Amino acid sequence: MSIPRWLTFFLMVLLMTTAGTVSAQQQDQTPEALLEQLADASPRDTEAAIKAIATSGHERARAWLEAYGNNRISQVEATGRIVIVLNNRGRDWEVADALTGENLGEMSRRDLDRIAINNAVRRQLAGVLAMLDLFAKDVAVREAAALDLLGKVDDAIVEEVTARIEEEPDAGVRNRLEEALAIYQVEEQGSLDAIEVLSGSLHPRARAALNSAVASEDPARKAAAEQALASIQQKLRLNNAAETLYFGLSLGSVLVLAAIGLAITFGVMGVINMAHGELIMLGAYTTWGMQQLLPGQPGLALILSIPAGFLVAALAGIAIERSVIQFLKGRPLETLLATFGVSLILQQLVRTVISPLNRTVVTPEWMSGSLVINDALSLTLNRMYVIGFALLVFTALMLIMRRTRLGLEVRAVTQNRAMARSMGIKATRVDIMTFALGSGVAGLAGVALSQLTNVGPNLGQNYIIDSFMVVVFGGVGNLWGTLVAGLTLGTINQLLEPWAGAVLAKIIVLVFIILFIQKRPKGLFPQKGRAAEG
Amino acid sequence: MWLTRPLQERSTQLFLGILFFALIVVTVLHLALPEGNPLHVSAYTVTLLGKYLCYALLAVAVDLVWGYLGILSLGHGAFFALGGYAMGMYLMRQIGDRGTYGDPILPDFMVFLNWQELPWYWYGFDMAWFAFAMVLLAPGALALVFGWLAFRSRVTGVYLSIITQALTFALMLAFFRNEMGFGGNNGLTDFRDILGFNLRTDATRLGLFIATGIALAIGYVVCRGIVTSKLGRVSVACRDAEARTRFLGYRVERVQLFVFVVSAMLAGVAGALYVPQVGIINPSEFSPIFSIEIVVWVALGGRATLYGAVIGAILVNYAKTVFTGVMPDAWLFALGALFVLVTVFLPQGIAGLLRKRRKSTDDGSGPSESSSTSEATA
Amino acid sequence: MTTFKKQLASVVMAAAMGAGASVVYAEEGPIKVGVLHSLSGTMAISETALKDTVEMLIEKQNAEGGLLGRELEAVVVDPASNWPLFAEKARELLAQEEVDVIFGNWTSVSRKSVLPVVEELNGLLFYPVQYEGEESSENVFYTGAAPNQQAIPAVDYLMNEIGVERWVLAGTDYVYPRTTNKILETYLMDQGVAKEDIMINYTPFGHSDWQNIVSDIKDFGSAGKKTAVVSTINGDANVPFYRELGNQGISSTDIPVVAFSVGEQELSGIDTGPLVGHLAAWNYFMSVDSDANYDFIDEWIEYTGDETAVTNDPMEAHYIGFNMWVKAVQKAETTDVDAVKDAIIGVTVPNLTGGYATMMPNHHITKPVLIGEIQDNGQFAVVWETPSTVAGDAWSDYLPGSRDLIADWRAPMRCGNYNVKEGECGASAGEQAKAAE
Repeated sequence: MSIPRWLTFFLMVLLMTTAGTVSAQQQDQTPEALLEQLADASPRDTEAAIKAIATSGHERARAWLEAYGNNRISQVEATGRIVIVLNNRGRDWEVADALTGENLGEMSRRDLDRIAINNAVRRQLAGVLAMLDLFAKDVAVREAAALDLLGKVDDAIVEEVTARIEEEPDAGVRNRLEEALAIYQVEEQGSLDAIEVLSGSLHPRARAALNSAVASEDPARKAAAEQALASIQQKLRLNNAAETLYFGLSLGSVLVLAAIGLAITFGVMGVINMAHGELIMLGAYTTWGMQQLLPGQPGLALILSIPAGFLVAALAGIAIERSVIQFLKGRPLETLLATFGVSLILQQLVRTVISPLNRTVVTPEWMSGSLVINDALSLTLNRMYVIGFALLVFTALMLIMRRTRLGLEVRAVTQNRAMARSMGIKATRVDIMTFALGSGVAGLAGVALSQLTNVGPNLGQNYIIDSFMVVVFGGVGNLWGTLVAGLTLGTINQLLEPWAGAVLAKIIVLVFIILFIQKRPKGLFPQKGRAAEG
Repeated sequence: MWLTRPLQERSTQLFLGILFFALIVVTVLHLALPEGNPLHVSAYTVTLLGKYLCYALLAVAVDLVWGYLGILSLGHGAFFALGGYAMGMYLMRQIGDRGTYGDPILPDFMVFLNWQELPWYWYGFDMAWFAFAMVLLAPGALALVFGWLAFRSRVTGVYLSIITQALTFALMLAFFRNEMGFGGNNGLTDFRDILGFNLRTDATRLGLFIATGIALAIGYVVCRGIVTSKLGRVSVACRDAEARTRFLGYRVERVQLFVFVVSAMLAGVAGALYVPQVGIINPSEFSPIFSIEIVVWVALGGRATLYGAVIGAILVNYAKTVFTGVMPDAWLFALGALFVLVTVFLPQGIAGLLRKRRKSTDDGSGPSESSSTSEATA
Repeated sequence: MTTFKKQLASVVMAAAMGAGASVVYAEEGPIKVGVLHSLSGTMAISETALKDTVEMLIEKQNAEGGLLGRELEAVVVDPASNWPLFAEKARELLAQEEVDVIFGNWTSVSRKSVLPVVEELNGLLFYPVQYEGEESSENVFYTGAAPNQQAIPAVDYLMNEIGVERWVLAGTDYVYPRTTNKILETYLMDQGVAKEDIMINYTPFGHSDWQNIVSDIKDFGSAGKKTAVVSTINGDANVPFYRELGNQGISSTDIPVVAFSVGEQELSGIDTGPLVGHLAAWNYFMSVDSDANYDFIDEWIEYTGDETAVTNDPMEAHYIGFNMWVKAVQKAETTDVDAVKDAIIGVTVPNLTGGYATMMPNHHITKPVLIGEIQDNGQFAVVWETPSTVAGDAWSDYLPGSRDLIADWRAPMRCGNYNVKEGECGASAGEQAKAAE
């Protein structure tokens, strides 16, 4: 079914290829010659060489082009043989013969000459590959290819795109192709009708085309483009508001995650744990460790990291509680000093044992990219997962505190330690459990943060102050307070940012917290009763 | 007079005696002995000691509010840095046209960023008296406003600690901004002279060292004077039972405010003396971590003793100097372990140890305040 | 001829005897090399590798018989990413340890902190990191790139080869990005770029929430002209920045980012998959195809014992700086600072990219400028390089305050900020001259 289409396309491109000499040579080119042409091409000829490969119909053509796009095609210095680099890490690279696909084992980097590609060529390549994909059976692939073509249609492929529009069975793909064609027509041909096509589009590339039309001399064109842009702007404003809200929620959920463990250790137990940030760091490093243990399966490793991160941080928490905090009962401010020492030790430990350098944590496929609502509004997936994760952790914690025996005991010990003990609750055991729980949640935060930011020895330091602010703002000892405070502060910050800039926004938020505490010295949701006197 | 009373105390006399003895010994060893003599104190060491003394004064200021008022300030670095910036601005203006670009008025970093004229808040810093006044007034004013807001609405305990931290963190971010006109991350540096003395000569360094020693002595006497006065007793009462003190009819927030402002000013002086000796002031002095470190010095030395703060500051910083030279890879381990061990095993710090020994030698004559110290934090 | 030599020898002998026992003693001990890089704190991440590099170079030099027949000894201290501590440690190295040369510093602020100390105690400092320029000290040798050796060629590349017309200058708020962006803004406007086609944005150190800014960049890039981001974003803030770029769907073919502070070491902490095709401008890449480079990498991997260890631009700068110093000491036949300072100007040593680096009279060196594209293996693939090496410019031609200034530390000028227009040396150097008398 698709083979005749392929063939028509090859023929089309053959006819269109501008340089006649090249096309004449192509008729009887062997695969070796094709690759050599690519290897020897001067920057000017690369385009022709790429198209020659694309139209050759060779079964490996696509693999070559993809490898080329990824900088993976090299030439062996001594023999001139063209190889595809399978693994390009380290000093010795694993290579395979480009023609046969035969694995040639490892070769020293010194002996290989990379066949260079740059962004300009990569752009052309993307267009060519997208054209190839337009013939795929899968609608999704075709749609992605059509989307890729936005802004990449040029003289060489315009006719083929036009032809595809008529043959394309799927309406969505067709619309995309029409949009791509319209951008070409607006930009290259100054078409008036095409402006109409673009007027509903939210895609930045369409806006770019319209903007270029606004700059034109022709008043009719200019007016049409301006009108189209105005209607787009209207829609954009709404989308932008939604986007800012999403940004705020996302930052807020990060703050909640980082702070909620602290809300337990600090709020419930009264321990000012300065090593909280380092417990977060441990969680993040656990994720990294998991991914090292399960190479090639970043997703599975990430999911396994959730229990593992919790466990590692909780164990570290127990160690801290047993070795330091239990001796400081009832001296909250001194726990601050001791745990500050612990935090220094943990940081340096990571530096010495693992590395002072940041570690790479891979984002699994299903977490990268974004959920496209429309062309102007897409919600980044990793952040969406983090928001969901934060809410999940919060709910779980709430349930533990409200519905389980442990939660009951924790609340009892918090409210009246002596009374709780006389009722037969083992206060020491409850202390350990509470601290382990708080630390474990910090570890969970670390697992989530590893998907957003650096995994390095300084990770914890960046979040510790924010975490304290959130807990204090929300009201010590109140998990709901932490949730509301985190989301509020995150949203305020993101609302202010476009207007004030990143630094000022943060300063304003801090000043706001300081002033707010003057008004409500116990935070948003003050704890009532005796426990509040802690 | 409240200021002369401490001079009659044995402990203050002892402290001042040791301090002045140290100042004289260092001065003599530096000036009288030739270089190469093993007992010679080099200019490097003099400046280093001067830095320790600045930290000591800062620690005394923190101890005043933490030990005697019960306010754990995690933002005293802010007052220290403000004093330092006031001095730094004076020193910048003293450079005059000797800067890289030779602009008689604008500091180098402003020329660098194409600023056309001096921002208004830089006016007056070419005059020493104004700058020195600002060393006291800038931190004092900040402490006044902040303290007035906080104490009036009875923010206490952990909440107060956290918002002092927010304060210094916000100031750090603000000073990092280049638009603020304080040199951004690079801060103020490349100083040349102070009151006409060249900062790059050993004589000026020695002078600064002695001045710091004297400032520490005065600061110590002032704090001692406050804590032994009636005001000091009231503030200890606030620390131990704020509500009760209030019910007894004392205006708690006024006492708190006064002591807090004095402490901030002392920190400012420490910062002002610190800057010409280390040669740079930059927003990292505002960092919350530094403020926590100061508290750790005090805790190590022994809270609510004042001299303990001095011992703690000097000891920790000396250890830091030694460790960063001897075992650069491991010094954070040592420092961290020190903090943990001291808080767990030496809750009253080194001063507590000293006192215990004294107690065991001449039984029963130790000061009675020791018993209240450990409970105050509860 | 021989008589002259004999005379010379006797003069030298007499001088040595006259100088007394201490000099002779000093000549017998090892030559001390100070290493002033943070091993803890926020900068440890970048600086630790540089400390190792210097130690490796010293080890290698000792294996080859040392220098002037004496052994080299590294004196390592940890300034702990604390700027006042940098000054203190520099003083310790120079006054207490009496080192003959210091290799150190990364951040501008640490250099500014150390500068007065090095000048006062007449030390030698080799500074290996790209920086904002606008400085030339008699005692400092700048082996990293000045703005004209990194920023301007990179912008030229984007403008001429990629056809970029609209520019986002994004940086961390400190002096290096501020100055670089100022220079670039002037340069771009000189090239006819309109002011509204330049967007400048500053963020604090370690900024981690890039959502809004990336979204702004996306908007800015939809105005119908080819857009690029010139990034002077520092260290840790880069990972979340690139992540956000990738997730918001900005690919290198749409809006390429050219970074001046992202090297192999920074990439080693990032999953580079989504970054393929983004650019960086440096004077060295680990992927450079030259034998000197391959040898260096082999030595480095062997020294660290880590098969995945990476090399980067500041390491090459130390490699060049160290070799220059060694050569200058051999030329001067002493480690005396003043003699080495004079001898080193004009010294040429091989760099790692297959060419040579020369120390210029303004204490900057000649460097090739390379543009590399990020690959999926955390390395850069060179896509463009300057046809010849570029000499570092201490004073930018694109800043109003420094347009007329040059630096030349050769006799008789010996001036770090000579004003060509007024024909006189600026104040700070004048004072140094006075102090030297």
